[in-house]
Amino acid sequence: MQVPAFFEYQRATSVAHVVTLLERFGPEARIVAGGHSLIPMMKLRLAQPELLVDVNDLHELAGITVEDGVLRIGALTRHAELLASPLAGEHFPILHDAERVIADPVVRNRGTIGGSVCQADPSEDLSGVFTALRAVAVVRGVDGDRTVPMREFFHGPYETAVRPAEILVELRVPLQPGAGSAYVKVDRRVGDWAVAAAGAVVSLGPGGVVEQVGIGLTAVGDADFTAVEAEDLLRGRVADEYTFAAAGEAAATHCRPVADQRGPVDYKRHLAGELTVRALRDATARAHRGGSTE
Amino acid sequence: MTVNGVEQVRDIEPRLLLVHLLRDELRLTGTHWGCDTSNCGACTVWMDGLPVKSCTVLAVMADGRSVRTVEDLEGPFGLDQVQQSFMDCHGLQCGFCTPGMLMTARKLLDDNPDPTDTEIREAISGQICRCTGYRNIVAAIRHAADAEAAGRGDT
Repeated sequence: MQVPAFFEYQRATSVAHVVTLLERFGPEARIVAGGHSLIPMMKLRLAQPELLVDVNDLHELAGITVEDGVLRIGALTRHAELLASPLAGEHFPILHDAERVIADPVVRNRGTIGGSVCQADPSEDLSGVFTALRAVAVVRGVDGDRTVPMREFFHGPYETAVRPAEILVELRVPLQPGAGSAYVKVDRRVGDWAVAAAGAVVSLGPGGVVEQVGIGLTAVGDADFTAVEAEDLLRGRVADEYTFAAAGEAAATHCRPVADQRGPVDYKRHLAGELTVRALRDATARAHRGGSTE
Repeated sequence: MTVNGVEQVRDIEPRLLLVHLLRDELRLTGTHWGCDTSNCGACTVWMDGLPVKSCTVLAVMADGRSVRTVEDLEGPFGLDQVQQSFMDCHGLQCGFCTPGMLMTARKLLDDNPDPTDTEIREAISGQICRCTGYRNIVAAIRHAADAEAAGRGDT
């Protein structure tokens, strides 16, 4: 039987209450939302917090809205809610592409967006999605809110810019009218972690030239989940198969996968290149249709 | 918390998992304790109306919420249609995954009374049947959907 070690439990009544508790207990306190990363780690004693702060009652952290040209996703939004959100799907189909392949429907009822990105697992799908989207994290501490671009959010496996006495409150994605986006993943079986995955967000200018592009890579060793070299190569060039192939090669060359039970390095490198091509192809096709999946 | 509509008050350790509260404290052993890693789905129950894996929910997190287990499926007039259809279609062999399958199937049909086979397979993709009897499980859920449609007078 897997049972966590002893800990204290408090149910937070407000975000300010969370920050107060985190301040008081220091790094030995952990926030629990869906718990689908933290509770398994506590069972294995990979995490042994002294205090769990339950944020599930904090409706101020939930919800998906569009305000002032920004898609705002509350940290407590469940994966199932993001997948079911027409607002999210309308603006950024990449979010639905990714959510469809994250875990399984029952886990998605419970797991949260904030929990996933704060866990910072190197194979976490949403990490590559939000870096591709150039999203911004809003983090709250005792001194109020600060923002962190998602491209600066990840400090290494299981480490983020969120400090011990802070809480991620929402993710903001600037709307990109006309942009197309897509996410593709290879996993060993339904609901598994990615062997490799790629997300792309493409804005086209006159003549089908790439104006702006974001490429996120998951599970292939990029600490910031971003294929910057491939992005640089694409900007200003016509979005066609030749360009995609060159971008895929750049992504494959510059990623740093490690061999594990999900596959050897050369296979993962191959996937990084091929999935970058496929994500670019799908995102560009959607951009030609005005960004929608129709 | 309420479990199957009955108020339950217990003094528990924070580290007690919901599946163990249900089975060991409340003696509701219909919910099965399987992989313990939120993969197999045998422990699936409803919390506030949504299927969740109770091996990965702390019992204390269910404080003030409503939990529904497989024991609550049977009503005053007999088995729930999904239970009946699992019997009729041989949707279980060893039966270990069945409680989770039933709870997920009931929720699917409540939300989507006429799912496609693809939607059924998607809905149960978080449940593992180690007898590999998926074909009959899908057939059973399809059968339940059809029986409920007939009961409503749908064509």
